[in-house]
Parts: sequence; C-alpha cells; structure tokens
Amino acid sequence: MTLDVAVALSRLAHRLGGEGARLADAGRLSGGASMETWGFAIEGAGPREDLILRRRSAPFDPENARSVGLSTEAALIRATGARGAPVPSVRHVCDDADGLGEAYVMGRVDGETLGKRIVSDPRFDAVRGKLARQCGEVLAQIHATPPPPDLNLKTVDSVGELDRYEEVYRAVGAGRPILELAFQYLRKHVPESAELKLLHGDFRNGNLMFDQEKGLVAVLDWELSHIGDPAEDMGWICTNSWRFGRPDRPVGGFGDYADLLAGYAAAGGRPIDLARVRFWQMLGSLRWGVMCLTMYVSWRDGAEKSVERPMIGRRVSETEADLVTLLEQGL
Amino acid sequence: MITHPRTEELAEAVAVWIDQIRPSLDPRNAFLARVAAKAMATIGREITQGPAAEARAVAAMSDVLGRDGTYEALNAELCARIRAGEFTVETPGLLPALRIMAADRLAIDQPSYKPEGAPPPSS
Repeated sequence: MTLDVAVALSRLAHRLGGEGARLADAGRLSGGASMETWGFAIEGAGPREDLILRRRSAPFDPENARSVGLSTEAALIRATGARGAPVPSVRHVCDDADGLGEAYVMGRVDGETLGKRIVSDPRFDAVRGKLARQCGEVLAQIHATPPPPDLNLKTVDSVGELDRYEEVYRAVGAGRPILELAFQYLRKHVPESAELKLLHGDFRNGNLMFDQEKGLVAVLDWELSHIGDPAEDMGWICTNSWRFGRPDRPVGGFGDYADLLAGYAAAGGRPIDLARVRFWQMLGSLRWGVMCLTMYVSWRDGAEKSVERPMIGRRVSETEADLVTLLEQGL
Repeated sequence: MITHPRTEELAEAVAVWIDQIRPSLDPRNAFLARVAAKAMATIGREITQGPAAEARAVAAMSDVLGRDGTYEALNAELCARIRAGEFTVETPGLLPALRIMAADRLAIDQPSYKPEGAPPPSS
C-alpha cells in the first residue's frame, strides 16, 4: 500500500501548527528512486509557514548504505547551521506518530539549484563571480563543525576510497584502460594524511541553492556526509561532471580555484594546496565513472529497470575524457 | 546491412515519435521519455560512427602494445599492463592513444559534453 503523504501532512500540520492550523499548498516537488521532497505550508494558527518535507520512500539499509539516515542528516544540518553555514532550518524530525516513515521537515528557502542555470543563466551573471569564494567560506564553516556525537559517521581517507572504488570496478568487470591508469596514478600520488574533518560529502553544483543577489543561500543533500580530508569536498565541486558545460571555470562551472582556496583560508580553514584539491578532483571523476558503471549494473542485474540507469552507464565516457586530460596535465 | 530503412533510420524514427508523445506524459514519464529518445540517438551514432571508432582504437592500441589483435584482446592486455604498472603516464604513446579512444567514445555517448580542457563557448 502506498502511503498517502498528503493525508499524513495534514495531520502533521495540526501537530506542528497547533489549534486552528491547516495544511495548504501541499505538492511533491521532486522524487528520485529512494527520496521524495514535498512542499507544503501551515496556515491558520499564526503566520504562514512555508515548509519542505524530505522523506525516504524506499527501505533504508544502514548496514550497507553509503548514505546516512535522515535523522542524522537533520542533526548535521543543525550542527553546521549553528556554526554559521547556510542551511535550511530544521523544523521537525518525524517520528512514528507522524506516519511518514523516515523524514524531517525544514523551512523553505527560495533559490535556484539547477546547476545549468547557475552556470549559464544571465540572472546569475552579477553574482557568479562571488560564488567560488563563498563556497570556500562555507566549506570552512562546515569543516570547523565538531561532528555531533553518537552519529557514527563513517571515516573515509584517500587510500580507503581508492580501495573501495577499485573493488567495485573490478567486480563490474568492465575493462577500461583510462580508469585503470587513473587508479594507478592516484595511488602513486596519494597526499600525506590530513587532519580529518566533518565533510558534507556531496558538495557540488546541483546540491547547493543560490540566490541571484545573495549567492549561496543553502547547502542541501547531506546524505553522504562523513569524516575525511577537507580537500575531498573541494575536489568534488571542481569535478568537471558538475561544471555543466563550462570546463573553463573549474569550481562548479562558475569560478576559479584561487577564489575557492582564498575563501576557505579567509574563513579560518587551514590552507589547502591546489595539488591536493586536484588529487580529489581526479578521484572525483574516477569515482563518478565507477558510479556510472554501477548504475548500469543495477539495471543489468534487474535491481532497477528504469531506462535512466543504462544511459547513466554511458556517462563513463565523460569521466574518461576528463581523466585523460587530468592525467596529461598531472596534479 | 539492411537498408530502406537502415538501422539508424529506425532509431531516428523511434526517437522522433518519443519526442512527439512526450508533452502528454506525466513528469516522471516525460523525463524517462527524454532519456529514451537520447538512448535512440546514441544507438544511431554508435551504428554510424562505431566501426571507424573501433578501427581507430585497434590501431592506437596496436601501436602502444606493438602487436595486432582484436579490440577485445588488445583492450584486455592494455588494462592488464596498466594494472601491473608496466604502462604508466610516462609510457610513450599511451596517453595519446587513450585520448583518441576517449574522444571517439564521448562523440558517440555524449557529443554535447564539454570535457576538461575544452574551450569556453564562443557566444
């Protein structure tokens, strides 16, 4: 039986809004295979509240999942928000009484998350030049946040990451010389270990909300958060697959390395070498390439029959084209 | 082999039809239909460009490995020698060969993708 989210939201509006509160403007905003986002409002009892529900729509396996649970996500948003990072306000973490499964409610933030628009829409022309520096500043705030206790976040380092993705790559059985060379090259260039910090884990254009005047207004999608090398978050936003057609602007398709690094240092982050960011950027392309292969495999093995999966498999070639150039350039 | 229509023409016809019905679909299916139309376009490109791309890859890998062979055999040996550390970024001819192979694959899979190092749009 499918859960009637609108009915459950109506109950939730009463619970959160109190006497006289009612649900308004409820509608699904987006939905992937395992996560749904709903917009809704509470009216009637006080000032109108515009809210977002984020809920898991497929069973979650905490043992095997790379992602954290939604209550952990909410705790991370609260903790980083307390350090000044721009995040939505967490209004409520759902429990059994809500009947919504694993879910939480946050305040609605207005802005743009579509990477392509941030990179190329003239609406963002005026603010675009400031975004890389802001990303650096915000990463410094996130990395300065003490990991909330009891969350059992995974710790990831570069060698562990290479081992994990190489194991997945071998299991898939796709012979791809460029990926092989990238694994070998990165293993020879593993940077010295870093002081490990709380990372967002999926900090890229597409998971960030931007306002055309204020710039970065919210960091979203915390499900891959973990403990690791701060340069990992920086390398991921520089990975070309998230530059949306502007490879000439290495940070998210909107900015330059120097601004990202300067913003980070200015906001109190321990300065990071560009070579270290480039290591994680190359690992980012390799990681995305292996992830594309696993998308295909999930289709081949029947776990997921959507046509989207095998087509994402064909995106391996974008990472190969990027990796060849990075291998030519060196770190 | 078969013409009137050729395979890529069949793929094109299906892609056009998918695009025609797309506006009548719900958002999720409209998205998947767009993906399906792109898949048909990829099939069309692979049929028309694939044989030449494979021949170039075979020639490039043969040069690096110093022997002839099928695409599958050369690709497997190349992977094995890179994995074993015999071939590295310093190996003469390796990166140029890989660049040819990557560019040809990208032209089939995602011709609009702007890879690392590509110039900014001129407009």
